[in-house]
Amino acid sequence: MSVITDNSASGSSGRGIRDEMVAFVLMAVLLAAVPFSGIYPFFVMQALCFALFTCAFNLLIGYGGLLSFGHAMFLGTAGYFTAHALKVWGVSPAIGIIIGTAGACALSIVTGWISIRRQGIYFAMITLALSQLVFFVYLQTPFTHGEDGIQGIPQGMLFGLFDLSQPTTLYYVILAAFLLAFLLIFRAINSPFGEVLKAIRENEPRAISLGYKTDHYKLMAFILSGTLSGFAGSLKVFVAQNASLTDVHWTMSGEIVLMALIGGLGTVFGPVVGAFIIVAMQQYLAGFGQWVTVIQGVIFVVCVLTFRRGIVGEIAALFKRSL
Amino acid sequence: MQALYAQLLVGLINGSFYALLSLGLAVIFGMLNIINFAHGALYMMGAFCAYFLLNIFGLNYWYALVLAPIAVGIFGMLLERTLLKWIAGLDHLYGLLLTFGIALIIQGVFQNYFGSSGLPYAIPPQLQGGMNLGFMFLPIYRGWVVVFSLVVCIATWYLIERTRLGAYLRAATENPNLVRAFGINVPRMITLTYGLGIGLAALAGVLSAPINQVRPLMGADLIIVVFAVVVIGGMGSIMGSVITGFALGVVEGLTKYFYPEASNTVVFVLMVLVLLVKPTGLTGRAT
Repeated sequence: MSVITDNSASGSSGRGIRDEMVAFVLMAVLLAAVPFSGIYPFFVMQALCFALFTCAFNLLIGYGGLLSFGHAMFLGTAGYFTAHALKVWGVSPAIGIIIGTAGACALSIVTGWISIRRQGIYFAMITLALSQLVFFVYLQTPFTHGEDGIQGIPQGMLFGLFDLSQPTTLYYVILAAFLLAFLLIFRAINSPFGEVLKAIRENEPRAISLGYKTDHYKLMAFILSGTLSGFAGSLKVFVAQNASLTDVHWTMSGEIVLMALIGGLGTVFGPVVGAFIIVAMQQYLAGFGQWVTVIQGVIFVVCVLTFRRGIVGEIAALFKRSL
Repeated sequence: MQALYAQLLVGLINGSFYALLSLGLAVIFGMLNIINFAHGALYMMGAFCAYFLLNIFGLNYWYALVLAPIAVGIFGMLLERTLLKWIAGLDHLYGLLLTFGIALIIQGVFQNYFGSSGLPYAIPPQLQGGMNLGFMFLPIYRGWVVVFSLVVCIATWYLIERTRLGAYLRAATENPNLVRAFGINVPRMITLTYGLGIGLAALAGVLSAPINQVRPLMGADLIIVVFAVVVIGGMGSIMGSVITGFALGVVEGLTKYFYPEASNTVVFVLMVLVLLVKPTGLTGRAT
């Protein structure tokens, strides 16, 4: 039986990591140049938040082989927590981000502990059901303001130095946060921890027989993934200045799967590429209304049937590189 | 007490939809190793099919009850032949992703043409009105839905567990290669099984049309609850899915009466509890 990611052939040789570092520097330079290029920064900031979210999601599916269909719950939880802290408690941005990320972390500990009891499709169904549970909780609790969401969130001064209401400042803060988190994920993937995760993905019984407590590793991966997804959700609050039910809904969980799939499951840069493609698509096709959903469905079908490595995975396979 | 009985009845009706849908999911999973995410969308198509039959062709509810499952079932078989068969043998998760894409396409198309609001579908005249049972007032249509679903579930169980065709099916689920070696056309059985599962979903859609109205997203949230039902019940046995479906519907109805705030979430909470106590599900085998 094949494994969910066809992008698993990468050797952990020095060359692979060197390629990836070159690509990382290239990506950082390109993104740093965006404010000078005339591209709408709001779009890129939004895409960066989703890119981080997708990278965190990809950590779980691409390296742990666990398909979570409920990752929106972390994005939404962190968004609500950060938004509430900023608006109602009036905390500083850094504290707001910490509160949001901690909320997602706590949620990921509980949901991870429940969902890793099953594998494969059951895991996907359980995470989906849990996120629906979380969705209904937020629909009914008063602090989320139900259908309206939390709106008009003040952006504030980060560390008392950076005025986040300035688009360029906000852009570089978001970019710095994204790059840091990206490096953290990159480090995790290439650590002994990441190697064990890959071993579990390829053959869990063998990993168990080698003496690894696979459940611990899976739970750790789940918590790391959920926490970083929450970090993305907290950052997104500063960009969108609202937190709404959309971010907790299952359609968001589906979108994130699509972003990772189109970019390349189990690749380092695929999630970033996928997130930019999907966010751009939503931006430019917004006038088509529900046809966007249909197009997303078509992309899903085409990707699964013909294109399982994703864009970055196909490129990497073509040049026999690891990206 | 009246309200309690009424909620129990609503619970039984929802339970019959859960049972019909999770039954189809289990049968499909057994043969195709795919969790059919498009199940909710095809349930919705069943309801729309009934709506079209009535408003375009003038065919009433009783025709729809037969024709809609057949039409949607054929559509499902076409899906299987054109799309699903290409991912046979791949990781199960690809099946989930593919059918999720199919669900998005179907729901998106219907939303484009019909918006998100509901279209009315009248209760057939033969089933209008109600009966006074002494302790409660029973709307006849609601009673009919519960009884008819139960009959269909038992018939499906009989088909799979007690007939020769069902024996082939069960054998092909266990070991398709061996069954093929005996000269049985397994790919055709896979297609028919998918059609059967889809037909059950469409039938549930027709049954629900007069109760819940016909909406493009009527299956989208339902399928998530059904997933939870499947996790609770496990997909090991046909009867298991049916009983779990009905039981959870009743529990949901009771929750609506005693603690309405939790009625949306009670199935998910139960799923968590079952996972903590018996991770393989109530009737499931270890995977």
